[in-house]
Amino acid sequence: MRRMGFSEAIDDALASAMAEDEKIVVFGEDVHTIRRNLLVRFGEERVRATPISESAFVGAAVAAAMAGLRPVVEVMLVDFIGTAMDALLNHAAKVDAFSGGKWSAPLVVRSACGGGYGDGGQHEQCLWGWLAHIPGLAVAVPSTPADAGGLMAAALRHPGPVVYLEHKLLSETWLEFLGKGGRKTVRFDVPAGGACGRVPARWTPIPIGKAAVVRDGADVSLLSVVVGVHRCLQAADALQRKGVSAEVLDIRTVSPLDAETIRESAGRTGRVVVVDEDYEGFGLSGEVAALLLESEFRGRFARVCTTGTIPYSRALEDATLPSTARIVEAVERLVR
Amino acid sequence: MDVDLWSLYRQMLRSRLVETEVIRLWDHGLISGEMHLGIGEEGVAAAVVSRMRDGDAMALDHRGTPALVMRGIDLVSLFKELLGRPDGLCAGRGGHMHLFSRELLAASSGIVGASGPAAAGFALAAKRLRPGCISVAFFGEGAMNEGMLMESLTLAAVWKLPVLFVCKDNQLSITTLSSTVTAGSLASRAASFGIPVAEADGADIEELCRAVDGVIDRIREGGGPAFLLARCVRPQGHFLGDQLARTARRPVREMARIAGPLVASALRLKGAPARQRASSAASILSLVRRAGALMSDAKADPVARTRRLLAGAAARLRVLETKAQEEVESAAQIALGEA
Repeated sequence: MRRMGFSEAIDDALASAMAEDEKIVVFGEDVHTIRRNLLVRFGEERVRATPISESAFVGAAVAAAMAGLRPVVEVMLVDFIGTAMDALLNHAAKVDAFSGGKWSAPLVVRSACGGGYGDGGQHEQCLWGWLAHIPGLAVAVPSTPADAGGLMAAALRHPGPVVYLEHKLLSETWLEFLGKGGRKTVRFDVPAGGACGRVPARWTPIPIGKAAVVRDGADVSLLSVVVGVHRCLQAADALQRKGVSAEVLDIRTVSPLDAETIRESAGRTGRVVVVDEDYEGFGLSGEVAALLLESEFRGRFARVCTTGTIPYSRALEDATLPSTARIVEAVERLVR
Repeated sequence: MDVDLWSLYRQMLRSRLVETEVIRLWDHGLISGEMHLGIGEEGVAAAVVSRMRDGDAMALDHRGTPALVMRGIDLVSLFKELLGRPDGLCAGRGGHMHLFSRELLAASSGIVGASGPAAAGFALAAKRLRPGCISVAFFGEGAMNEGMLMESLTLAAVWKLPVLFVCKDNQLSITTLSSTVTAGSLASRAASFGIPVAEADGADIEELCRAVDGVIDRIREGGGPAFLLARCVRPQGHFLGDQLARTARRPVREMARIAGPLVASALRLKGAPARQRASSAASILSLVRRAGALMSDAKADPVARTRRLLAGAAARLRVLETKAQEEVESAAQIALGEA
């Protein structure tokens, strides 16, 4: 066992795969500085900075993947994916279906997501629900260094396109780059277990589409992803002291969604709270509710999500993103 | 049009002082997120804004502060917005990358290139609702590689929209040398849309004003868009705390921090041949050197250069500078609740 930071684990898993598979190439804005450790090992042919031309380089990654390469294409922040959306929505996601299952575009789109450091509503979105809405795109959203490396290893072997999201509050490099900038005068509520942790000596892929029960409980199931998982674990501690036993489930990939594990946990506890840093409407929380109803779940349901555009003000932002206190309140309303 | 150096210098100085105060607030942790400054771009902003009239619109990028200050935004509400206060310009909800003023018809975006389509839309509205008014799009040379900006140039040209496209060329796209990711020349690219192109040194306020004057009347009179290419600098890096800027300024200290993982990775088994690895490492060092040289080019400071033109009238200069200093300090104090 080794200990690694969140992004360190992703880059380590990526480097291990690149060492074994010459077809893996990395490109995107500023990768020569952001991924400088990969650049000095694999050279400029495989780690290459792009112009600020997302529709071109993501679109090119789709066809490059179809023609045999395995591109890991970096769109700095998932908020910027709007400019490249056509390549994902109408191309990467559809090659498999349009070719009758005879061709696919196995690329990985790597993007930083999420808030909690005061960057405002155009740089802190999650958007995993929006992306998972599109059939044909897998969406991986790890919450710990071990899962981050394992899911990157899996994404690099996946037969189709994967959007791989890296939360900035967990990533030591992104938080330093965008949030701290060398300052010691700012503080962020970084979940320690997500930012740094034990990772396996050798990376083995974590199956895409498999959730993990990260804490057992009997009274309520807290379902979440990424930073939300850590907020749920904190809430479960607080609830424990109040005599409520909470199970915590890390969904890990928004698409495909592990319906079986979700149904199993919900059936056992009879109460479900979905905690989602992504927008509340038409997203992960609604999808979970739908699959529970379809399975004749007759328990109680609540959700703690982000509603509306994320405000710049740190105080307003903290009130907008799901917090431990809001999760505890939601559970207390359900068990009352 | 007259080049009123005193008025231009006053606006550039106000902007510089506001942003110098912003650095202090950011250092103290009172401003969050990616704080991009327009220090080094004041000449371009001053020349353009001095030629704007009531009813003209501005589409701003992530460095919108100078143009807003010069256009007359209330400094207290601006500072309060950067501090995230509920009584700030945008109720603390927009922040420095998303400054909006409906009164000034000014909208900002943190998405690279987004000022192109926005300016086209402002111009379309102006054409029907406010004849004789124009819109201005401010963006960097990095945005010239963004599809939506190229599409906006097409749209504005074929619809003869009254847009002044203003490209502030500081040669760096975040941490990438723009020359390494840009095809052809920007001036000839803009000219290929069949629109007038003016070029100017962003530190030379007289040249900038002449360049704007050379194209702006035609835009107002319905002749369609024009393009201004101004070379400028960004001595504070892409944003405050920019790692590349810090490394360029203090290479020994910063390199010590990143060198360990870098060397370890470069020496790992499996990967590129040694020669490629060495050339990659050399390209990182050369980037740091180039960025350092670009950031420390004192000749490129538009505020200092304009001041030298006025240095003969020392007493008048002192009065102007004291007033500007007092205005900005007082606004910051009120915003902080210290006044």
